[in-house]
Amino acid sequence: MMCLAVPLKIVSINEKNAVAEMDGIKRNIRIDFIKNAEVGDYVIVHAGFAIEKLTRKMAQENLEAVREVVNACKGFVQKQG
Amino acid sequence: MLAKDLFRNKDDVKTLRKAIESLDVKDINIMEVCGTHTMAIAEAGIKQMLPKGINLISGPGCPVCVTPSERIDDICNLAMNKDIIITTYGDMIRVPGTRKDISLEKSRMMGADIKAVYSSMDALDIAIDNPDREVVFLGIGFETTAPAAASALMEAYKRKVDNFSIFSLHKVIEPAIRSLLESKEVKIDGFLLPGHVAVILGQKGFMFLQYEYAIPGVISGFEPVDILNSLFLIAKEIAEGRGEVKNEYTRLVSFEGNSAARDAVYEVFKPRDDIWRGLGMIKNSGLKIREKYSRFDAEVKFKIKLTDEIKNTPCKCGDVVKGLIDPSNCPLFGKECVPDSPVGPCMVSSEGSCAAAYKYRNMI
Ligand code: SF4
Repeated sequence: MMCLAVPLKIVSINEKNAVAEMDGIKRNIRIDFIKNAEVGDYVIVHAGFAIEKLTRKMAQENLEAVREVVNACKGFVQKQG
Repeated sequence: MLAKDLFRNKDDVKTLRKAIESLDVKDINIMEVCGTHTMAIAEAGIKQMLPKGINLISGPGCPVCVTPSERIDDICNLAMNKDIIITTYGDMIRVPGTRKDISLEKSRMMGADIKAVYSSMDALDIAIDNPDREVVFLGIGFETTAPAAASALMEAYKRKVDNFSIFSLHKVIEPAIRSLLESKEVKIDGFLLPGHVAVILGQKGFMFLQYEYAIPGVISGFEPVDILNSLFLIAKEIAEGRGEVKNEYTRLVSFEGNSAARDAVYEVFKPRDDIWRGLGMIKNSGLKIREKYSRFDAEVKFKIKLTDEIKNTPCKCGDVVKGLIDPSNCPLFGKECVPDSPVGPCMVSSEGSCAAAYKYRNMI
């Protein structure tokens, strides 16, 4: 349970404290370890602390990297198969 | 937007499965060292998707499971002190000690004051609200959780919350991985590396696997496509005889990691030798509170003497966390030991291998 890391969206910030939400459920979190956190940012929260920002751009880039592997796999599988 | 759905595409899963099948590998063991991976693998049925000859084995990735039962006894003894409120992540409450009738839950029935908290900061708030009681927070977890404990402790120091202290059971994963590799008790051909620990440590925190052991490792996310992609990359490295460390979880993990979180841990904690269930004493694998903060160190404050002698119990968690046996090979699994009446921590923790195997047992 303490290891579960969930993505939440920051809705308000007060110094190192912030309120973040997911599906309408709000939680108090700490943002000590996040540089330049802003309202609207998505963060991954672990044991009540945000440990990293999650941006749409990074998620897209990650997906593209995976797709590259997947596409290479398709070629790979055909060659073998 | 959330990444979840992007990484669950069924066609991607299918292609990756086929690609893994087409690789030329025989009888390889890939170890995961993160309880969240253990759960995600069981939930998505990944073991069943893999061809014969690619075995996924669980390692020491669940903090509660690697805590020796003697330590649970130590905590339960402390909990019986009437001046103390024990605050802990919920996972710890039902973990049995050296006997089935020792646990924080049982201590609570005998009058101990035990509160489950979601965060170390909640524990600090309880201390502030109860100035005439001592509040002890059970600090447990790896590199992802230690920064949270460190922050609460620094805050207590700054605000002089003198009735707050931490009992540090924190551990770090690198020495445990080294110990597993060096003992050679289990054959490990590659590692599925823990995504959230890597958020903190960065990819650089795992490069020792490549430089010193030349063993493949891929830092992985937790969705089915992430895991299969990582497994494909690991198995391909094995097939090609390479031993590199790669990062699949690029949406969150950088090469450098989160230095602010690491700095907080360094400020408050120093390494110490520590005992792991199954693995025994491992040099510099635990985190102890530094002298500067010793008045917030529960071990110092309450003169806790840690039990170092390990007793034998019928629970096989020690072998489970080393990847030596599958939970179903434990004679107690699903019989005397079920989630409602657990014999060992691996059946209690939501990240434990036995709990995962039990929850998804009908899929196999
Ligand atoms: S099934 Fe129960 S007793 Fe057996 S190893 Fe798992 S937790 Fe321990």
